[in-house]
Amino acid sequence: MQATRRSFLSRTLAGAVVGGALAIGLTAAPAAAEALDDILKAGVIKIAVPQDFPPFGSVGTDLKPVGYDIDVANLIAKGLGVKAELVPVSSANRIPYLQTKKVDLVISSLGKNPDREKVIDFSVAYAPFFNGIFGPADVKVEKVEDIAGMTVGVTRGSVEDLELTKVAPPTADIKRYEDNNSTISAFLSGQVKVVATGNVVAAAILARNPPKKPTVKVLIKNSPCYVGLNKDEPKLLEKVNAILTAAKADGALEKISEKWLGAPLPKDL
Amino acid sequence: MAYSFDFSSLADYGPVLAKGVAITVELIVVGGALGVGLGIACAWAKALGPRWLRPIVSAYVELIRNTPFLIQLFFIFFGLPAIGVGLTEMQAAILAMVINLGAYACEIIRAGIEATPRGQFEAGASLAMSPIQTFRHVVLVPALQKIWPALTSQIVIVMFGSAVCSQISVEELTFAANFIQSRTFRAFESYIVATVLYLLLAVLLRQVMRGLGLFLFPRRRKTT
Repeated sequence: MQATRRSFLSRTLAGAVVGGALAIGLTAAPAAAEALDDILKAGVIKIAVPQDFPPFGSVGTDLKPVGYDIDVANLIAKGLGVKAELVPVSSANRIPYLQTKKVDLVISSLGKNPDREKVIDFSVAYAPFFNGIFGPADVKVEKVEDIAGMTVGVTRGSVEDLELTKVAPPTADIKRYEDNNSTISAFLSGQVKVVATGNVVAAAILARNPPKKPTVKVLIKNSPCYVGLNKDEPKLLEKVNAILTAAKADGALEKISEKWLGAPLPKDL
Repeated sequence: MAYSFDFSSLADYGPVLAKGVAITVELIVVGGALGVGLGIACAWAKALGPRWLRPIVSAYVELIRNTPFLIQLFFIFFGLPAIGVGLTEMQAAILAMVINLGAYACEIIRAGIEATPRGQFEAGASLAMSPIQTFRHVVLVPALQKIWPALTSQIVIVMFGSAVCSQISVEELTFAANFIQSRTFRAFESYIVATVLYLLLAVLLRQVMRGLGLFLFPRRRKTT
């Protein structure tokens, strides 16, 4: 409804500039207006990317965002033949950015769940991702019930937060932090005993060779990453899916996976 | 822009909000009381205390007043465990608020003390009151009376600052609003509710401080 009205208006305005007759023609066109048309016209696609979530997105030495998601964002922009404008977001505000049209796509290691599916649409999966409970080697956790009475750090609003909240025993003390950096800090400083987070976050902690090494204890959820789009934009969705499918077939996505995750794409992705 | 409000999706989160309000109140009551206490002690040290103590207190006040509250909080919560001082998030939050309010309250109260005429000290001494008695009855109470509105405002500011404590997983009102927002994606409604609750809390806090002022400074009742 909102999208329809906005593009109706923009079309009317654009039409008014071009000429009266054209304006009538455009406004008379069916109201199935598309973000894709606006993007192609502008020559720029605004994409929300993470900046605190290596290897999907972080700030490189030249202060520009780098990572898996950034490479995929550029891949999609290239596929559309437009310029990518990257907008850094946090995991808590990425969906509001999309809903308020500050961005056209969210490529921010976004997992799928029914709550989110109510408010936005998803492309096909573009990256492997799983969540688990991670802890130091000397902490014994074999199943999710074992975290009873333990402090568990998690990033608020993330998929692992929603899943952990569902499956955690009631005595588990879940501490929710604003972003992944805070969750990692809480774990490394000993403020929480274990963390519920993604495979890649744990890998990123390990890459920095900390005194406390997080190892996977329990798998909570396998949740590949999808590109998030606003609802009722079938043409954009179709195009994004086509670009991703082609990238899977020609090995472009495989290369990105090897580069950032050090592993090939899973067969079932 | 058409936006259809849906407050019903927030209905399930009543207990989360109630807990948030309770923890915000706890933070401000405990943090406010201890912070003002620390402020009074520092104001005494700075205005009347032993000479060696003054630069130490000044250094503390300047350090706190010239660094962001968030950094102070992170320092206590994420930094101190490195040297073995592990505080829970509530302890860290209250400690940070006390240290922060203490520094600001120190300067406010010191202004009140310095506005007290010198003759008042001498009058106290001439009545054979000890320095402590003089400070308590002759200096502090009139000083607090003078700066009570400024102190009230500072405590309200610190209450708003407590919103930052959500960053270290303290489940106060801002945490509750963020939590609900990230569960329902109803950002507008979540923050409207939080805004109204903060407004009510601030008005309530000012009224409590006003009542406390009337109780502490009965002579002023006529004029206020």
